[in-house]
Parts: sequence; structure tokens; C-alpha cells
Amino acid sequence: MPGYSDPGFDTLALHAGAAPDPATGARAVPIHLTTSFVFESSDHAAALFNLERAGHVYSRLSNPTNAVLEQRVSALEGGIGAITTASGQAALHLCIATLMGAGSHIVASTALYGGSQNLLNYTMRRFGIETTFVKPGDIDGWRAAVRPNTKLFFGETVGNPGLEVLDIATVSAIAHEAGVPLLMDSTLTTPWLLKPFEHGADLVYHSATKFLSGHGTVIAGIVVDGGSFDWARAFESNGKFGELAAPYDGFHNMVFTDESTVGAFLLRARREGLRDFGAALSPHSAWLVLQGIETLSLRMARHMGNTQRVVELLTSHALVARVGHPLLESHPSYALAQKLLPRGAGSVFSFDIKGSRAQGKAFVDALQIFSHLANVGDCRSLVIHPASTTHFRMSDEALAAGGITQGTIRLSIGLEDPDDLIDDLKRALKAAQKAGV
Amino acid sequence: MDITVNGHKTFCYTGGKTQDRSKPTLVFIHGALNDHSTWSLQTRYMAHHGWNVLAPDLPGHGKSAGDPPGTVQAAAEFVLALMDAAGLARVAIVGHSLGSLIALEVAGRAPERISHLVLAGTAFPMKVSAVLLETSLKEPLKAIDMVNVFSHSMLAPPPSVLGPGTWLYGSSRALMRRVLASNAGVNLFHIGFKACDDYTHGASAMQQVVAPTLFILGKRDQMTPAKAAQPLIDLAGNNKVLLLDAGHQMMLEAPDGVLFAIRDFLAAG
Repeated sequence: MPGYSDPGFDTLALHAGAAPDPATGARAVPIHLTTSFVFESSDHAAALFNLERAGHVYSRLSNPTNAVLEQRVSALEGGIGAITTASGQAALHLCIATLMGAGSHIVASTALYGGSQNLLNYTMRRFGIETTFVKPGDIDGWRAAVRPNTKLFFGETVGNPGLEVLDIATVSAIAHEAGVPLLMDSTLTTPWLLKPFEHGADLVYHSATKFLSGHGTVIAGIVVDGGSFDWARAFESNGKFGELAAPYDGFHNMVFTDESTVGAFLLRARREGLRDFGAALSPHSAWLVLQGIETLSLRMARHMGNTQRVVELLTSHALVARVGHPLLESHPSYALAQKLLPRGAGSVFSFDIKGSRAQGKAFVDALQIFSHLANVGDCRSLVIHPASTTHFRMSDEALAAGGITQGTIRLSIGLEDPDDLIDDLKRALKAAQKAGV
Repeated sequence: MDITVNGHKTFCYTGGKTQDRSKPTLVFIHGALNDHSTWSLQTRYMAHHGWNVLAPDLPGHGKSAGDPPGTVQAAAEFVLALMDAAGLARVAIVGHSLGSLIALEVAGRAPERISHLVLAGTAFPMKVSAVLLETSLKEPLKAIDMVNVFSHSMLAPPPSVLGPGTWLYGSSRALMRRVLASNAGVNLFHIGFKACDDYTHGASAMQQVVAPTLFILGKRDQMTPAKAAQPLIDLAGNNKVLLLDAGHQMMLEAPDGVLFAIRDFLAAG
């Protein structure tokens, strides 16, 4: 490409990873629904298996349609490459399983999606991986939580559903002092709002189910490597990450950091994590996510505009006790959001209704355009009561640490006409008022 | 493997194989602000197909100690010293960009020690614009971004060094940043570019070369346009020229094309 600058965001969102199909001339990305790929020769087969040549073998490991998605999200994030996974949860698990085993430790934010909190707090403990949870804004807490066996820092760009903004630069600096990488869940912000690699993160993953796909049609995940963390240096200095910097007997004693100075994580994650755990993404699902990404910037701008209108309504309504969005100066992350998220801090946020639990229920049941379901980042507007659904396994203390009360309602603002969303919310708030009489 | 050269540790990637003295040796030389891993696909394949492979990180780059060579001639002396340290009387040598000038200078200084010469993404003279030289000195991160854009030619590259899903704009930028950071005491970027810019011995070196020479050039190369290799091609006696549909980072954008070119050239004797 000519010129001094990288291609722009929208150009990459449409073109990164995809050229006209050389066999058919198809301009849109073909869906390669095939399990396997014919080898040109026995030598080609052996070379592919031994990483002497690059190419596709079996769709659990890689697939041409998925590869387009991997290149595209890498391009948008500013990464070196990516791996698609069956879900966002599979993406998080792939990161953890690639970097550590039993006896390891993670420092994570308290403000996490309930599924992620569950994976760390319950499931990974069963496999010998401990996690210490720290409030995202407790900078001293992040530093104090480091143990000799810590392998990873982990947080969300904006917490779900409280939208606590993580100070990525500060937390990544603490992680790097400790000789470990920072992994960010960037699901709620997408690279259109925030690119964590530019602020010091080392790995980023998405539940592509949400805004990247954008249409509520597909479950998908993706891990992107920023290529910034020096695994070999960390291994030399603290003995960590032998998974990447020492011979791996599961693949001919390959030393991944010798094979690739910057991409060792991706090499092992694909060669071991996808191979052995098998949480691969269907090419059809990858294609649906690609369709969504083609309009990501248009949709995100509309999400942000609609969110502003809804926040304005709720903050002025008598029945609303609190609105938790960093657009508001009352939000603890207001200043950080102004700095890190000038285009907006997301369209998934929570608010608290004054009054009884019954009034909250009446509010949800009275909504007509908002759909009551367990998802976010759809083009349609969504609503849910986190304490009884997405975060129901968490104790009251853990809920409180994540900024959730029994009266908290989470909204995901979609792309409908904003006036209709406002009318729907006003009607439901009126129903809630009546339920309290 | 690590080899001590001139008293300093030199990291050499061997393609995942141990060295076997019964096999011929193929040496790969990387370009400015790169390291061995830019050759990872070609090196690994050749190491599993009958060749000892040595792909060093040049001194002061990546995992290798020592002072970075400030001239092409100094780098060539290093390569010859590496061959001595490894007990290699004669090798085939491949170089990319600055590495191609180093390989050329080695083949010119010690023609009897080079069986085959492969020059990829080459030019002579390899002048660097004053703006880029200045930027590499004063704002190396900005210069990395400039060079990165000029070094790539496609938004949809084939599966590459990290397999499917590799984003080459990102991986090349990350590698340059990593190599720059690997030696905080000097500016490896400016040193490498200045070595390219200062090198005036290319024509003389080419006239000394006796090995068959393969030129691998990129149709879309904006750093070293294919036509810029013509002065060397005109001087190379026994030569072959291959034009690939790729930019300057042809090992990454056309990994199989570069590999097959090297493999077939070496097989032809």
C-alpha cells in the first residue's frame, strides 16, 4: 500500500485478510465449510505438520475463512495475529491454558463478566490455578497481589456491567514490573472505541458474539497477540513461561521463542490449545462475525449516540437512583474514560431503580422494544437483571465488589430509533412506579 | 544454538535440527532491525531437507551479544568469523535487504567459501533517503512505521510465519520494535540504514563472486524496487532472476515462492 500511514480503520474492517478468491473471483469472503485440506504431495503434508510451511491441514487448527477473521481483527487491534475460538470463554481459557499450569496464579479485576469470574474463581482453581481479585481502580492492590507464581494480569477494558474503566497503562506497567503480561477482555469496547495494545496490554480477547458480530446471531471468540511481551526474557529472568521459551516435548522439542521472536504465544496456542482442547470456531460462524465487522464503525457510532440519549433520560428520571455510565461525572471512571475512550465508554451499562424488587420486575416486564435476554452487544436493545441471571452464582460480597446490587438493571443499547427507545423506557418506568403504589 | 564469535555469544537458529557435518550448510542473513525469525519458514524447511541451517542474529541484535556492525564490510567479516567458529569451510548464503549486501560482500571477499549466493530484496546502491535516515536516528519508532508501510504490499497475505491468521503489518512492526529494544545502548535502526547507505563496494564485490547467484525480487517492492537490482544483475556472471508478486518482506508475503526459489536453485547445483 502506498503512503506513509497504515490503512485506516474502515478500510481494514472491509479488506484486511480478504482478497478476491483466486479460484472463483468471489469478492465476498467464501465460507470454507470443509474439515480438511488436500495435500499437494507427501512432502507438503509433512512440511505442514512440522511447521516448515504455512497452510491449512484440518479445520480444528485453522481454516481459510477463520484466517480472514483472524487477520482482520489483528489489523483492527494492531496485533501480530490471532486465533479464533468457539466462544469468548474459550478464548479466555486458551490464553490461560497456553501460559500456565497447576501451581500458577492470576491477578484479575473484580469487575468481570460473570462467566469469566466463574472460570477463574471456581473452575480453574479445580485445576490448580489460583486467582486473586483486585478492584480495577485499586492500583496498590494490583501490585500487592503479585506472588512468585503469578503468570498473568487480567481485566476488562470496561467492567461488566459497572463500566469501571481499567487504567491499562498503569496496570500493564505493574504487570511488566512483575515480569508477566496483561490480558484484556475488550469485548464491550471493540477496537473502534479502544485499542488496548496502544496502552500497554499484551494480549486481547473478544467475545465476538457481541459487538464484533453485532447481530445476536453467533457465538464466537478471538484472541489477539500484540507481540509486545518478551517471553524469552521473562524466562531468563524469572523462569516463567517455559511453555513458550523451553523445549516442548509435545511438538518435537520446539522452542517457540526461537521459532518466532514475537509470536511464540500464538504458535503454542494453536499447536497445543486448539489441537488438544479443540474449541474451534465454525467457518460459518467466522463468516457471520466478518459480516458484522464490515459495519463495525457505523454501528458503534450509533450505539454511542443512542446510549447518550438513554443516559440523559435515566439521569433525569425520579425513579432512577443511580446511572452507572462514565459519561457522567458521578461515575468513578469519568476522568479515565475521557482520556481512554473519547468516542464513548460503551453501550452496556447498569442503573438502579428506586423501590422494591417487584418494581424492578415490573420495569423489565413492561418493556416492549428492549428484549429480556442474556446477551449484550446485539443490534437490538436488551435488558437483564444481573443479580438473578448472569451473576447469580456470585455472593453478595462479590456482587458488591463488582458494583451490582439486587436492584441493578443492565441495559445493552441497540441501534433502533432513539425516540422509540426513550418511549419504551418511559413507559416501563411508569409501570414500575405504578407497581410501587 | 549459541556459537562464540569474536568472544561474543552469537545466537543461530538451526531450523529445529542439530548440526550434521555430513550435510552442506546454508546461512541466512537478516536485514536491518530484523533477526533470524524473519526467515523462520524457509530455514525450518531447508533444515529438514538435507541442509545444515545457520540463521544468526547479527551482533548486538536480538539474542546475540557484541557490537552491531556499522558497515557492510564489518558485518561480512563477522559472517566469515562465524563460519570459522562453526568449522565451516564452504556454505551457501542467503541474504535479505541489508543482509543481501552482507552476503554479497562475503561472497566477494571469500569467493572460494561460497557455493551459492542468494540475494533477496536487494539493490545497489542501496541508498536510504535523507528523511528516513534522519527519522531513524531521531524518531526510530516513527521510522519503523514508515518502513513497515513501505515493506508490505498486501492486505490479505497468505498464511505466514505464525501460520494462518498472521497479520504481517503487525508482526513486522513488533519484530522491529523488539529488535530495537534488544540493544538499548545503540540505535540499531540507524546503524543498519547507514550501513546500507554507505556501502559503495557492491559492484566490486559482485565482480569477485564466482558462485551462481539467484536474485529474488518483489514486483511490489517499494524499499528496493526490482529495477534497483539491475546493476548487480548486469555484473553477475552465472545468475538467475526471479520476480515474485510480493513487496520487500517477500519471505513473509510469499513464503513458499521464496522457499521454492532457494530450494530449486540449490538443487540445480
